[in-house]
Amino acid sequence: MTEQSSVGRFGRGPGLFGPRPRSSLREEGARGALIAFASTVIFIGVAVWLVLTSETWPAVQRQFFNWSNFKEAWPVVATGFWLDIKMFLVAEVLILVIALAVAMIRALRGPAFFPLRVLAITFIDLIRGVPIILLILLLGFGVPALQLPGVPRRELFWGLTALVISYSAYTAEVYRAGIESVRESQRMSARSLGLTQVQTLRYVLVPQAIRNVIPALLNGFVSLQKDVALVFVLGVREGVRSAQIYTASTFNYTSYVVAAVLFLLVSVPVARFTDWYTDRDRRRMQAVGG
Amino acid sequence: MSVPKLELRNVQKAFENKVVLHDVDLAVEHHDVVCLIGASGSGKSTLLKCVNLLYPIDNGQIFIDEDEITAPGVNPNQVRQRMGIVFQAFNLFPHMSVLDNITLSPRKVHGVDRATADARARELLAKFGLDDKVDEYPDRLSGGQQQRVAIIRSLAIDPELILLDEVTSALDPELIAEVLNVIRDLKADGMTMVIATHEMGFARDVADRVCFLDAGVILEHGPPDRIFRDPQEARTQQFLQRIIEAGRL
Repeated sequence: MTEQSSVGRFGRGPGLFGPRPRSSLREEGARGALIAFASTVIFIGVAVWLVLTSETWPAVQRQFFNWSNFKEAWPVVATGFWLDIKMFLVAEVLILVIALAVAMIRALRGPAFFPLRVLAITFIDLIRGVPIILLILLLGFGVPALQLPGVPRRELFWGLTALVISYSAYTAEVYRAGIESVRESQRMSARSLGLTQVQTLRYVLVPQAIRNVIPALLNGFVSLQKDVALVFVLGVREGVRSAQIYTASTFNYTSYVVAAVLFLLVSVPVARFTDWYTDRDRRRMQAVGG
Repeated sequence: MSVPKLELRNVQKAFENKVVLHDVDLAVEHHDVVCLIGASGSGKSTLLKCVNLLYPIDNGQIFIDEDEITAPGVNPNQVRQRMGIVFQAFNLFPHMSVLDNITLSPRKVHGVDRATADARARELLAKFGLDDKVDEYPDRLSGGQQQRVAIIRSLAIDPELILLDEVTSALDPELIAEVLNVIRDLKADGMTMVIATHEMGFARDVADRVCFLDAGVILEHGPPDRIFRDPQEARTQQFLQRIIEAGRL
């Protein structure tokens, strides 16, 4: 009884405090791998069999997994999805730079920087407090409607701007957590060498901070890679919008599945990479600590 | 009589409501080595950090040569360019090689070009027997090596004086000697130093003057022989008695 509950309670323990689960699996050897494989096959087999033999499956298949619709929708949705990828890449670069600038301003100390700090905190609080979709609608429809001379009017531009602003506020907080995770003695040491606050941040604190928050930044990547699709509300013909248009003309939802598949093809590898990287980093830290 | 290299007049420092430095007067002559001794919490470390302007003082004045560094309007970064400070916990930058740790301040603060800064760093590393560690990262060095690099880093800006804040306290006993030998070399070169230390044997050996701090005041000071053999104050006697009982003197 006692033993069982302790296993249940500290089931994740070995990964944190001792040999990792993966290595214990390895120790179990070929027999363990075989059992894992067989049970997986049986589990999936039963699940698939249950779905495929259910009465409603033909209707579901017709609406969501229709092969001819899939083939037909793929090129259209893929073209739109390519725009999603481009938006993601452009936005991500801008976000990483702007967020770092905001976080650095927020990290400055001393009364002289008070107004700048207030500005940074206000920006972060306001932007984080507003639903991202609202920001997209506000900028994407609002600004072009002003018809200001010399200001871009494309919905795509303003939708992307909204995404960059919103994600910059969140990412600035990620950087800030990283900067605060660097020990105070590092700051003191840098200042004692005569470095200014900005030099201390640039050469000493930020490089260490970024290393500490890379997993969190990668999580942001995954999230943004999907959220770029939100600009579809502005009528931008990216992946989701293209799928919607196809659905509207055919009354078949397979095109949405196409879009989902495309997003998964990108986001799953990034998520796996994030886990792998975090894991590797933690093991390295343990190696140094021990 | 000449002006001291470093002088503290009536320096007071409190953290929130806890007074750490009550009223400290101290004059350090050129090329002198002054050791600060006293129990933990007596204010040794705070005193050094006040001199480096890492902590603003509440009252009093601090001078280097004739310049008051605590005067309003003085740029702390410029003051810090005149002195080096080494801390208890090494505080090397873990993401930089030994060479970059040493050359960061010369290059970015003092405007020395990379080639010159590198050459100077290599020269210092060779002098203290660390020339094979130029490209290593701090986590690959022993504690003693890290602390020697930290001292070299403070030397690389050609400081007028060096402050050492219990630089051997975080070291394993067998690594202490290599660091103390570096400090002896600096003394031989005529470096002005203020050293907060728990190593009484070392203080007696290297100091020109020893100051005993107790509850934020310099209770007693003088040549090491007199302080260690014939302390006048009861508190000094008690402190040294405890040190002797602990087998540290």
